[in-house]
Amino acid sequence: MDDMYRDYILDHYKNPRNFGELEGATHTYHDSNPLCGDEMTMQLKIDDGHVDDVHFTGKGCAISQASASILTEEVKGKTLEEVKAIDRDHVLANLGIPISPARIKCALLGLKALKGAAWGLTAWPGEEVKT
Amino acid sequence: MAVTVKTPAVKTEALDVARIRADFPILAQTVRGKPLVYLDNAATSQKPRQVIDAMSRVFEEHNANIHRGVYEFSERTTAAFEEARAKVARFINAPSEREVIFVRNATEALNLVAYAWGRDNIKRGDRIVTTVLEHHSDFVPWQQLATEVGAEIAVVDIDDNGRLRRDQLSAELRKGAKLLAITHTSNGLGTVNPVKEIAAEARAAGATVLVDVAQAVPHTPVDVQDLGADFVAFSGHKMLAPPGSGGLWGRAEILEKMRPFLYGGDMISRVTVKLTEWNELPWKFEAGTSSYVDAIALGAAVDYLSDVGVAKIHAHELSLVAYLLPRLQEIPGVTVYGPKDLESRVGVVSFNIEGIHPHDVATIFDREGVCVRAGHHCNQPLMTRLGVPATTRASMYLYNTTDDMDALVRAVHAAKKVFGI
Repeated sequence: MDDMYRDYILDHYKNPRNFGELEGATHTYHDSNPLCGDEMTMQLKIDDGHVDDVHFTGKGCAISQASASILTEEVKGKTLEEVKAIDRDHVLANLGIPISPARIKCALLGLKALKGAAWGLTAWPGEEVKT
Repeated sequence: MAVTVKTPAVKTEALDVARIRADFPILAQTVRGKPLVYLDNAATSQKPRQVIDAMSRVFEEHNANIHRGVYEFSERTTAAFEEARAKVARFINAPSEREVIFVRNATEALNLVAYAWGRDNIKRGDRIVTTVLEHHSDFVPWQQLATEVGAEIAVVDIDDNGRLRRDQLSAELRKGAKLLAITHTSNGLGTVNPVKEIAAEARAAGATVLVDVAQAVPHTPVDVQDLGADFVAFSGHKMLAPPGSGGLWGRAEILEKMRPFLYGGDMISRVTVKLTEWNELPWKFEAGTSSYVDAIALGAAVDYLSDVGVAKIHAHELSLVAYLLPRLQEIPGVTVYGPKDLESRVGVVSFNIEGIHPHDVATIFDREGVCVRAGHHCNQPLMTRLGVPATTRASMYLYNTTDDMDALVRAVHAAKKVFGI
């Protein structure tokens, strides 16, 4: 049994939950990891301060896609404040596999996009596009 | 796909790889209980005992700052440093040691040219011609220079076999070019460009020619006079020397007219409160205390490579490519990028496995003891051209064996098994 590429990780990778465009999204954030070329968009539909629905689209490695997929399952029904409070340790614990330092950005890309959406950011502070 | 395997142009006797491997202490290491299969040589090479010892000798026997002290240790270290310069000059057949400037790496060499030559010679409306094969270090400095001064930058494409579009390059040069910045050997695909022919064409069109030889000098004989370039840049750490060593070669008549790059100690001949006069070549461009131990070790690396013979190393790498390519390509789902034959290439093989991201590939390879690079290889415009976010890259050197190639092929099967593909 592989310690990192466990069956549920590969299942989330091959059959991502809540994947695709979300109609009526109120919050959208796109992020990428230039190191691997991963792309990730998180969309939230917030109704009365709660996550009515959440979808993501993206392409990338098994770790980034599975992490995002697991995250979307978790946040449905949560309040916006609860979503804003999710931290990296929680995401890594939920992922349940050892993540090497080189892959940490993969594991957290979904969270980063989710937070960007929840906070209504157009860009993460310090990551504004420079011309 | 069928693979055309041609006999390498250089017919040489085989390398004594077992003897070479014994010189590299790190190759005796294991990774997760498996023998180390190091195939990330385009990123950095491993170091032989001779290079490690050369560094230790400086620290243990005569370490002192160079070009300053009048005592014996300083003189000995200075002599070793300048002797290393002479070795590097001979290795690339530079007409004069004065034209060899020690820098930290190819990136620093390229930035030196971009600042000290580029800012005075590239003006608004001038054209810089470069290629989609460039490493970011030979692209971003020119892109930023062009943006800063209002120059135009033309990027020459490749064909579907990863070969430079010569027709497009000629057309761009005909439109006029102040600078051609071109890589000798692609770090992403292993393609070797016909630089001698291209340099002649570019110079005839009035362009200054800068060649990034970082992936060439370690793997193929490079003769700067034969090449016909104006500048070449390379890194020591890709050619058995430590990181922190590298070189810029330039024609003396150009270097002499250039302003310095960095200001400070050692690069001056006279300083008054009003003005400063610059030191002569090459020291004009070596401000501050140089990475002299690294440079001395680069001299030892050059000795090692010369003893083995770079042409032999190239032939050895090609034999590994000839062994690997058909075995890799017969695996369903594997796509190889770049040249599929042995013509004008080095031992770099870039590929992807369908359905598995390169980072997942490299993670699984790591458990098999196989070190490869996965990502964009500081080649994002090339990845865009290939239509992929990233690739897995195996890059070979003198100490690699067909056993290493077998381990790589086994690792591909292991990755497919984990992903159920």
